[in-house]
Amino acid sequence: MSTEESSQEKGYLDMDLLRFTTAGSVDDGKSTLIGRLMYDSKAIFEDQLESIENTSKQRGDEHVNLALLTDGLRAEREQGITIDVAYRYFATPRRKFIIADTPGHIQYTRNMVTGASTANLAIILVDARKGVIEQTCRHSFIANLLRIQHVVIAVNKMDLVDWSEDTFNKIKEDFQKFASRLDNIVEISFIPISALKGDNVVEKSENMTWYQGPTLLYHLETLYVGPDANHIDSRLPVQWVIRPHSDEYHDFRGYAGRVAGGVFKPGDDVVVYPSGFEAKVKALHTADGELEEAYSPLSISMTLDREIDISRGDMIAKPNNPPSVGQDIDAMICWFSDKPLNPRGKFVIRHCAKEAKALIRDVKYKVDINTLHKIEGDNEFKLNDIGRITIRTAAPLCYDSYKRNRVTGSFVLVDAFTNETVAAGMIR
Amino acid sequence: MQDYSVTHLKQLESEAIYILRETAAQFERPVLLFSGGKDSIVMTHLAMKAFWPAKIPFPLLHVDTGHNFPETIQYRDDLVAKLGANLVVGSVEEAIKDGRVVEEKGPNASRNMLQIQTLLDALEDGQYDAALGGARRDEEKARAKERFFSHRDEFGQWDPKNQRPELWNIFNGRMAQGEHFRVFPLSNWTEMDVWQYMKYENIELPSLYYAHERETVTRNGTILAVSEFVEPREGETVEVKQIRFRTMGDATITGAVESDADTMDKIIEEVAAARQTERGNRADDKRSESAMEDRKKAGYF
Repeated sequence: MSTEESSQEKGYLDMDLLRFTTAGSVDDGKSTLIGRLMYDSKAIFEDQLESIENTSKQRGDEHVNLALLTDGLRAEREQGITIDVAYRYFATPRRKFIIADTPGHIQYTRNMVTGASTANLAIILVDARKGVIEQTCRHSFIANLLRIQHVVIAVNKMDLVDWSEDTFNKIKEDFQKFASRLDNIVEISFIPISALKGDNVVEKSENMTWYQGPTLLYHLETLYVGPDANHIDSRLPVQWVIRPHSDEYHDFRGYAGRVAGGVFKPGDDVVVYPSGFEAKVKALHTADGELEEAYSPLSISMTLDREIDISRGDMIAKPNNPPSVGQDIDAMICWFSDKPLNPRGKFVIRHCAKEAKALIRDVKYKVDINTLHKIEGDNEFKLNDIGRITIRTAAPLCYDSYKRNRVTGSFVLVDAFTNETVAAGMIR
Repeated sequence: MQDYSVTHLKQLESEAIYILRETAAQFERPVLLFSGGKDSIVMTHLAMKAFWPAKIPFPLLHVDTGHNFPETIQYRDDLVAKLGANLVVGSVEEAIKDGRVVEEKGPNASRNMLQIQTLLDALEDGQYDAALGGARRDEEKARAKERFFSHRDEFGQWDPKNQRPELWNIFNGRMAQGEHFRVFPLSNWTEMDVWQYMKYENIELPSLYYAHERETVTRNGTILAVSEFVEPREGETVEVKQIRFRTMGDATITGAVESDADTMDKIIEEVAAARQTERGNRADDKRSESAMEDRKKAGYF
């Protein structure tokens, strides 16, 4: 980095946050890539390095096995695989990063969907020797389904194809053909790397002078990720009602929640859903004082100019663009349980702060996520299956489409008997 | 166009407040685990903010190993008084006296494992169904796989291979009778975030976190403060050193670092330059490669 750039380093109080997820098939080098990013950006400490050096030596590995940094559980280290989504953190002077590292084995789709649900960017690893394969399509489909707007195709193991520009270009072309069908992805970048040797991860590659683009880290640091949140449709899902019962705040009734969209200001007209009661915003409170405006993702509490009955699960919005309110939900779901979906099973839906009983009305179709075709004649949802269903809820939900709002458009289904989270849903 | 960007510290604060409110709403009897360490101090501060101007709607639980630094206890009592919070103390000392746990023998005996049983007993006695902890995912590799809402079976055990998926900001706190949850509002914070936030929020810390002179012994590479619980053994020499603590736990296992950082700014500089993790000198983690995972499975934080 030049001195000019480093002089623009931000103080920690203005740093922003980028959440990304990594996807790749088995042995694409995901853990190695993350280890490399953290190692070269100096997010790994001496005692961590010492510990994995010892383990690598014991196992007879040739290089220090950077994958050991992310494989935290004993079973993972023993089997050399990653089982569960792991969250990793590192920061450069420009940005702070949260990585959701999702494993490529069993429960793969489930894990990637989980990691993708909070990400602004996805890195999809492609093995330069194998090119664009079924898994690449699957990963892109999930990124698109979960509405990740930025995708990096990291063509890894360039060292094993003699750093060939032609190979890289071929992969780029193949992917672009396929990507035209991914309507939610706004921007796709292609970067040739070697996670093992470090080329184009943090340091520019000396082996691929034909590549003029940024390194992966530079791209992650500088990419403009516009506010992912919706700042148009004002939504405050009420989590909790604050009632101090003290002399000083005798009549205080604060509707506490995290703004899920739009902007609220004191004096705004609001409507409470599903009741339809109207009021004006009196004030927007935090422990640090009142706010002039509140927007996503700030946690606040709101007081209104009149007393109306509001409780957890209600939604405060503005009258000009209300949420949909209803008990029949049309959604894409991903099935998470080892037990297949029982269409007559009893479920509980969790949506924003609302919890309600739910029944499956209809299974419409499943999607073959390798070809993106609808599957005909097989409507049984098994682990990792994705498809479209309709749900009937016992109480009305106040929702938006997932395309419009990731917070008010998403839900999970819980098995009413085992209490396990069995599906993730995106409202259409 | 208006800029609605939110700094990373504000995002983390807002997320933690959201989790604290979810915990209060989804559980009947939550409790906040207060260790006196900086993470639990920050968590308590966030709980104050989450429910302001009302008081924190759940008690604070301190599992007292009986090997505390007096500074920790003083700080705890002052904070509780200031917040008007309700404090519950679970005592390892009493658990030993009652015969519910047996003190470890040998030169490296620690009360760390005994805390587990004392904690589980305290949770059972109070019929708490959710215990809020200040653990962070960046601390240790088993913790990197931990959920915000972490389910524990009726034995208080963690099953890392069978965790509930957590998506978006939806948390599933449903459970059967006898089970409970551990909730970690600071999951996404790093050590640096915690220090920066304390500076930003002007949070007062126990004096032990700032550099001060103290009598120490160095044992297995760890600098321990000499106290009634840590006495020099044969062959060990007592040295007066300028030290501070990066984490706070039982006095017998919490290692200090040599430091002259006596202000928050100096500490932040030191943390930024650190080449060892803050748990790097915790004797309890050094017992084996998966020491933390094993303790967590048994019910530790």
